[in-house]
Amino acid sequence: MAHFPKPGAGSWTEHYPELGTGPVSYEDSISPEHYELERKAIFARTWLNVGRVEQIPRAGSYFTKEIQAARTSIVVVRGKGGEIHAFHNICRHRGNKLVWNDYPGEETKGTCRQFTCKYHGWRYSTEGELTFVQQESEFFDLDKEDYGLAAIEVETWEGFIFVNLDPENTTSVHDYLGALGAGLAGYPFDEMTQVYKYRANVGSNWKLFIDAFAEFYHAPVLHAKQATAEESRKLSSVGFEALAYELDGPHGMVSSWGGMSPPKDLDMVKPIERALHSGLFGPWDRPDVEGLDTLPPALNPARHKAWGVDSFVFFPNFMLLVWAPGWYLTYHYWPTSYNTHIFEGTLCFVPPKNATERLRQELAAVTFKEYALQDGNTLEATQTMLESRAVSEFPLNDQEILLRHLHKTARDYVGEHQTTATPVRISAVS
Amino acid sequence: MPTFPADFTDLEPFADWSLETEAERYAKRLSSTMDELQAFYDAAFPRLAGAMAYLDQLDLSALPENATRLLWLCYSLVNASFPVEVWRQSRVPDSGAASMHMLVEPAV
Repeated sequence: MAHFPKPGAGSWTEHYPELGTGPVSYEDSISPEHYELERKAIFARTWLNVGRVEQIPRAGSYFTKEIQAARTSIVVVRGKGGEIHAFHNICRHRGNKLVWNDYPGEETKGTCRQFTCKYHGWRYSTEGELTFVQQESEFFDLDKEDYGLAAIEVETWEGFIFVNLDPENTTSVHDYLGALGAGLAGYPFDEMTQVYKYRANVGSNWKLFIDAFAEFYHAPVLHAKQATAEESRKLSSVGFEALAYELDGPHGMVSSWGGMSPPKDLDMVKPIERALHSGLFGPWDRPDVEGLDTLPPALNPARHKAWGVDSFVFFPNFMLLVWAPGWYLTYHYWPTSYNTHIFEGTLCFVPPKNATERLRQELAAVTFKEYALQDGNTLEATQTMLESRAVSEFPLNDQEILLRHLHKTARDYVGEHQTTATPVRISAVS
Repeated sequence: MPTFPADFTDLEPFADWSLETEAERYAKRLSSTMDELQAFYDAAFPRLAGAMAYLDQLDLSALPENATRLLWLCYSLVNASFPVEVWRQSRVPDSGAASMHMLVEPAV
């Protein structure tokens, strides 16, 4: 039984006829060769979200980001004038990784006046200029202006820092994020600075975890044991239907009902949730900040009163979830091979004013982890069986439209890149 | 010296649940039996409302040490509530070998 209206075409999927409705191959998630193509066609060429402006609050604040899918490490730093720079994390002298602590493969962060290479002491300003060469007179006609750090295009959107590793790129991040990005402008992301960040090594292709979070068809089943028995039975008998789906270029979103603020029947929720007025959907009460009463147009597109959360899939690997009770969550999926990736989940709340608010956020943050552990465990099981190739095509239902769209988009990027491939170059500052 | 503020000395037997980080609280949950989790829950849950009322009178950014320890205990109660209230096992069902680590968490 349909609980929420679908488009005139009869289904969300048929509303976007380019998607088709046939079974889908998952060869794109189990082929090492295809992954090599994705690295070049997608991760070396699209805008990638690497963090938030709050992570580098002052001149000299920096963090590094390992982007294994693009075979690089980058440094993102706030310059003397407050502007943000991004560089390949490589010393121009002999290629040592420039910024790292004890373990070269681990990300780091901090504040500095300049970057100094551990190997021979070459120094660079936060603007990327080479400022000091150890025993400079031993070199042959070395002009320091020729050896600045290799710069990467960096732009911000609503306080999210994006980089693009393609020196040929001509699209701004604002244009890249399209109508869905524009429709989120003005949401008070900058007020939500209380951060919980998780990381997990996941034994699956990066797209499979996006699949898991881009549909809620699984939720009443996989997560049945998270709810009270009666509530769980109710959820699985109803199943899941979204309020709305929207696709725009390579990006998509699903708008979902749910959450309880407060729940209609308090017996539906666990005692700890009743005691704290919080749960998976976050604290029941909205925080007192500007910008939550009138939401930007991309949120709750069906304007439904039961709206609970909108999940945006910004291609390729950035998901943004905005929850009705006034907080947001991001997911990042960083491929490390065709069948492994690093998952990051980051919960962002308005800073609590007292211990009760703090405890409500704690409950949401640790509840998230328990759900994500169930999701993550399923992915390894899926990956190994897909790799058996015992079955090669899989039916996707209308509530899985974002998966159909994601895999098609990724395949299209690879296909297009193969016909127009140009070698990726690195450009230097100065 | 008592771990918690004067009104919460009854929680002293559970002071080992007053742990600063999510990683420590989660590890203690996983290494506890259901009987131990139940005993902690039965002692701490009825005190949660009182602890919130007490802590809410204080400045969250400048809590005295004994109040901070009480708050940490409440975080542990949140973490330990899932097995006691629903799962009847310390680890979330169907999660096998999956793991997830907290990289960033609030200072208090």
